Amino acid sequence: MAQATGIVTITPATAARAAPKPSGWRAWLRQPGVLTALPMALLMLTGFVAPLLLVVAFAFMPPQSFSILQPPTLANFQEIFANSFYRSFLASLYLAAATTLICMVVCYPVAYAMVRVFGRVAGVLALLITAPLFVADNLRLVGWMLFLVKGGVLSGALQAWFGIATDSMLYTVSATLFGLVYTYLPFMLFPMIMGIAMVPLEMREAAFDLGATRWQVLREVDIPLAMPGILIGALMTFILAAGALSEPRILGGSSVVMIAQDIQNEFTFAQNWPKGSALSVLMILVAGVLAVTLLKRIDLDGIFGRK
Amino acid sequence: MATTEAAARAAQPILQLRAIEKVFDQFAAVDRITLDIREGEFFTIVGPSGSGKTTMVRMLVGMDKPTSGDILLRGQRINDVPANKRPTCMVFQSLALFPHRTVGQNIEFPLKIRGVDPAARKQRALELLAQLRLPDHYYGKAVTQCSGGERQRVALARALAFDPEILFFDEPLSALDYKLRKVLEKELKDIHRQTGKTFVYITHSLEEAMVMSDRIGVMNRGRFVQVGTPNEIYGSPTTRFVSEFMGEVNILDVTVGPDGTATDDVTGARYLVPASAGAGPCSLVIRPESLRFVAKPSQAHNVVTGTVYNEYLLGSRVQYQIRVGEKQVLLLENLRDQRYEGDLDSQVSVGWDTGDSMIFPKGALQ
Repeated sequence: MAQATGIVTITPATAARAAPKPSGWRAWLRQPGVLTALPMALLMLTGFVAPLLLVVAFAFMPPQSFSILQPPTLANFQEIFANSFYRSFLASLYLAAATTLICMVVCYPVAYAMVRVFGRVAGVLALLITAPLFVADNLRLVGWMLFLVKGGVLSGALQAWFGIATDSMLYTVSATLFGLVYTYLPFMLFPMIMGIAMVPLEMREAAFDLGATRWQVLREVDIPLAMPGILIGALMTFILAAGALSEPRILGGSSVVMIAQDIQNEFTFAQNWPKGSALSVLMILVAGVLAVTLLKRIDLDGIFGRK
Repeated sequence: MATTEAAARAAQPILQLRAIEKVFDQFAAVDRITLDIREGEFFTIVGPSGSGKTTMVRMLVGMDKPTSGDILLRGQRINDVPANKRPTCMVFQSLALFPHRTVGQNIEFPLKIRGVDPAARKQRALELLAQLRLPDHYYGKAVTQCSGGERQRVALARALAFDPEILFFDEPLSALDYKLRKVLEKELKDIHRQTGKTFVYITHSLEEAMVMSDRIGVMNRGRFVQVGTPNEIYGSPTTRFVSEFMGEVNILDVTVGPDGTATDDVTGARYLVPASAGAGPCSLVIRPESLRFVAKPSQAHNVVTGTVYNEYLLGSRVQYQIRVGEKQVLLLENLRDQRYEGDLDSQVSVGWDTGDSMIFPKGALQ
């Protein structure tokens, strides 16, 4: 049926039969599934897989080298652990975890209200929450800098209206954390909204009818059933926050060094690509393991309504 | 069968509705209903979709509040008591089983909420599994892996674990296939007998209501059209709506003259009819099983002549479509062993006795 020439039309039934026995690579290439996936596959290969492989290769090159054709070595990893580079690593994980936790607590009531309470206002609210995303995050963070800096909007107002003298709130770990929460909040909020919208109303009513209090409904029904959305939100927030660069720099003023900053330094000032790559590889490993473990627990088919 | 003590207790209303009304945007979904539900009875509310039956049961379990009127549980006004504080519970149409919990965890849910310790919980869950004829190993099975009928039983077990004073059902069987529904209807009636609890059941199928209920309330447009035992509803429906709701019926448009006989508006035939509410346009209702083939006109009070257009076999029964003239179609039902022997399109006489027909004035649609 599938010959090298001519257009092959495949109905779903015949496609299923044709798939297991491709007659040559040209026939295989002409399947509709392969053809439609081709543009995306090319983009991913050149834009994602190739750079990733380069980074992995560089991670095993001798320090300070600019070629991937040297004999591989573990020197970069040894140096990272010997010279306490892992600290920025831990700082990143810690701040990302804190960001995720805070975002969860802040977002849940909002997400719940947007699904169940606000009705038509929810759309407007969603627009308002997404609106800042249209402005580059560096710009927004500089805005916050003007707000938090000594003599800035916040401390100035406190001084003028309440006579409270405050020191600069900028360049602290808290300012960094604040910036992270602020920037990545929408990434928690929207998946969470999706998760909460998946909880059937009757399920809550049934729990309530069987004697559950509001808290018991929350614990036994709402949160477990919204968990796929919550987990996806948490994953996105965590991974994005762990790789954050501008927040610790602009609001944190390097009071805390996060991993992305270290990586950037290695690639730029230090001109040590292999070490930067090694740090990147570690980060990718952490994010990858996290993503795989969490996504395994999530029923994606359920979320996309394929069941 | 029942002792006098049980009979006296049964007569006691457990739930009283006093002119309850629910208004949505000026539309009365439930229109000032007054009703007593007796202790231990199986009461079924039947009505077409949109008749207000679901709205009503939501008020009774406490998920909605009536716009006006009172709900009394054993004499106590419970209008403002939320669902989680009421000693009643409901089996939902969707069943609303928790998909993230096992069968056992679902059944134990109301006990867990009350803080019953795990061992006692499990024991009760296993008892209920046995009562509902589900095997023990279902305790650890995922609810999502259960079949429709099994889920039904799990939902019922969960409601029984709550040990409610009144158990409500909102069309829980409607999604199941016919055969399974028939089995579960009977099981439900058996469970009612075993537990002695008050059951309030909602359905759109009067047939389902007939099988299970002690009493039936037929609802239409937010009101009860007729409340009575299944026998009363079947044998002496008070309105055309109820008789029609009962199942397939022949409805003839007739005009009752001053002499008390009726003239068919379509064919002009004269019929003897039961003493009716008076002269004027009426609906004459005849059940298919009340119609029979007759050899001589003297064999029935009313006889019409037509042709056999088609035959439908319904298992133990058989139905015939009889065409009278150009415009009138009658449905006749016999037992299978009284099957019509002639050919299709042959001329037949069919008849019915006056006492088997019902007559309702036109316009009194309710």
